[in-house]
Amino acid sequence: MKNVKKYLVALIVLSMVFSMIGCSGADVPAEEPEDNEPSDEQPAEKIKVGMIYIGPPGDAGWTYAHDEGRKYLEAQIPNVEVIYVESVAESSDSERVMTELVEQGCEIVFATSFGYMDFMLNVANKYPDVAFYHCSGYKTTPNMSTYFGRIYQARYLTGLVAGSMTEANQIGYIAAHPIPEVIRGINAFTLGVREANPEATVNVVWTNTWYDPAKEKEAAKGSLDSGVDVIAQHQDTPGPQQAAEEVGAYAIGYNTDMSSFAPKANLTSAVWDWGPYYVSAVQAVLDGSFEEGQYWGGLADGIVDIAPFNESVPADVVASVEAKKAELIAGDFDVFDGPVKDQDGNVVVAEGETLSDGDLLSMMWFVEGVNGVIPE
Amino acid sequence: MTFNMLIAILAAAISTGTPILFVALGEIIAEKSGVQNLGLEGMMLVGAVTGFIVGASSLNLFMAILAAALGGGVLALLHSYVTITLKANQVVSGLALTIFGTGLSGYLGKPYVGMPAPVKFDSVAIPFLSEIPVVGPVFFNHNVLVYFSYALVFLLWFFVYRTNFGLNLRATGENPGAADSLGVNVFALRYVYTIFGGMLAGVGGAYLSLASAPSWVENMSGGRGWIAIALVIFAIWNPARAIFGAYLFGGVEALGYRLQAIGVTASPFILNMMPYLLTIGVLILVTISSRTKHIGEPESLGIPYDREER
Repeated sequence: MKNVKKYLVALIVLSMVFSMIGCSGADVPAEEPEDNEPSDEQPAEKIKVGMIYIGPPGDAGWTYAHDEGRKYLEAQIPNVEVIYVESVAESSDSERVMTELVEQGCEIVFATSFGYMDFMLNVANKYPDVAFYHCSGYKTTPNMSTYFGRIYQARYLTGLVAGSMTEANQIGYIAAHPIPEVIRGINAFTLGVREANPEATVNVVWTNTWYDPAKEKEAAKGSLDSGVDVIAQHQDTPGPQQAAEEVGAYAIGYNTDMSSFAPKANLTSAVWDWGPYYVSAVQAVLDGSFEEGQYWGGLADGIVDIAPFNESVPADVVASVEAKKAELIAGDFDVFDGPVKDQDGNVVVAEGETLSDGDLLSMMWFVEGVNGVIPE
Repeated sequence: MTFNMLIAILAAAISTGTPILFVALGEIIAEKSGVQNLGLEGMMLVGAVTGFIVGASSLNLFMAILAAALGGGVLALLHSYVTITLKANQVVSGLALTIFGTGLSGYLGKPYVGMPAPVKFDSVAIPFLSEIPVVGPVFFNHNVLVYFSYALVFLLWFFVYRTNFGLNLRATGENPGAADSLGVNVFALRYVYTIFGGMLAGVGGAYLSLASAPSWVENMSGGRGWIAIALVIFAIWNPARAIFGAYLFGGVEALGYRLQAIGVTASPFILNMMPYLLTIGVLILVTISSRTKHIGEPESLGIPYDREER
């Protein structure tokens, strides 16, 4: 049977194709620590750290920021060796990957997306001698802690900039999915906008994707067509920045400094800086001072920040933003300090009060000044 | 909604629809010859990344598009070898190539992440034509790839339905045994048209990385290769109909965002479903009407041709 033979050949070709994918996916990333390692000193023992990513480090957004943190960690603690696995699905697959990391000798494991929570919990219960850190979740055990950053503080500061720069008094906000994290960001941004400019409104456009440069850009173009002159985003690609650049509008970036994609339009970005946290988390394990807990750091810790300002931002705006940043860092002021009204004008947070972390983590309503609805 | 906004939506429908139009045109030609290629998504990504890399290093957009077409074409050559020469299952090979292309493009593009494209396709208004009210701003204020796609639709329609080459192409997809007995080289034609389809998929990918959002971001095709496959069915394998389908699919997306921007809510889930809903609708209509006359999918689509079994 000639055909059977040909099918066999085809199968072999295909299996070769698949095995190549296997290589490029999981094995290659186990990189050697980068060049910052001092050459004259050979550390006696490597400490292995495992990390799992939700996307590729090449997303120029969320995973890119975590990967920058990994590089910083390897530079700061030279005898740390990080084994990272990219594009791990938020399914039982992640449990297998984390188990493999531990079996390879990792003493510390970081999981960088919400959906890994229960799978990490299972692995943590199986390996009580290994330290586990889960990003953005809420479940802990004696050997598993959570970590996240108050990016909404940085968004508030970028809102001050946007509110000062808009002339149309209308700002477009390209948003991914209607979940508390995104809504909290929109609200904090809007409070900043209204602090600088009580006349301005923030018009929300949902894209229903975290990650699609062409779609996100198209959504921003649609928003710009409706008359806004500043674009903000809770998206992982620079598409919205490019849309603003093309029509001579302004834009506020997210995740990383996005100014290179829109040198004229980009005013500043709300950015993550995971590096120092990763160093302190690893150091805590090395010192034996690991504790079960929930870390939610803000501007004061440097885990969130804003990127350098565009030169088109006037000096007095820069000064007022810096002043607010100092107040936030000192703890004299918080973004959701009352009075805060909702979209219908009802006072939700009274004068002299503020929102608890629990309120913030379950936020499903818009503040006054937001135009848009939260899809059911 | 203002008049200007309507113009903006129509113009956006074209610029959003053009990348899937390129991919769908290529796939129509490949499927006309009897080869189904589900690797389009991977070929788009490889085209997007090779186009970006060559554009960034040569600063020449023509070279960039050429490289993108070659990138997509090489993957399609692999698909041709596996499915035409080795006669393996077209669906399996296509799916494997999508996964392979995704991984390969991510690997090749790694050094280019976070870098804006140094050269890109900007809009060029065509003199006189772009000043015609309504028609001008909608059709004649785009980048050159869009103008190229207008010409391509006409050329491919003419080629398929008005030339002897087109007749041979259709015969190859409908009844390869009969075509073979009349001296048509079925294997060679299938190779040529499958590779041509892959090349257009590469160009569609480069449209994303050099015109839509001029940058390289991993996995940036975001499922457009699959929408193009739906579009082929929607167009009932006719290049001329593909252009309307592409703009309709593009328009749905453009409209949704603009409705939201002026405060009208449209569920993003429903909007994302629209292309597929429309495709299913067309498929039902085609199936019903094909009982009376023969239109629709080529008879031997997806079946490897084997001389011994004809």
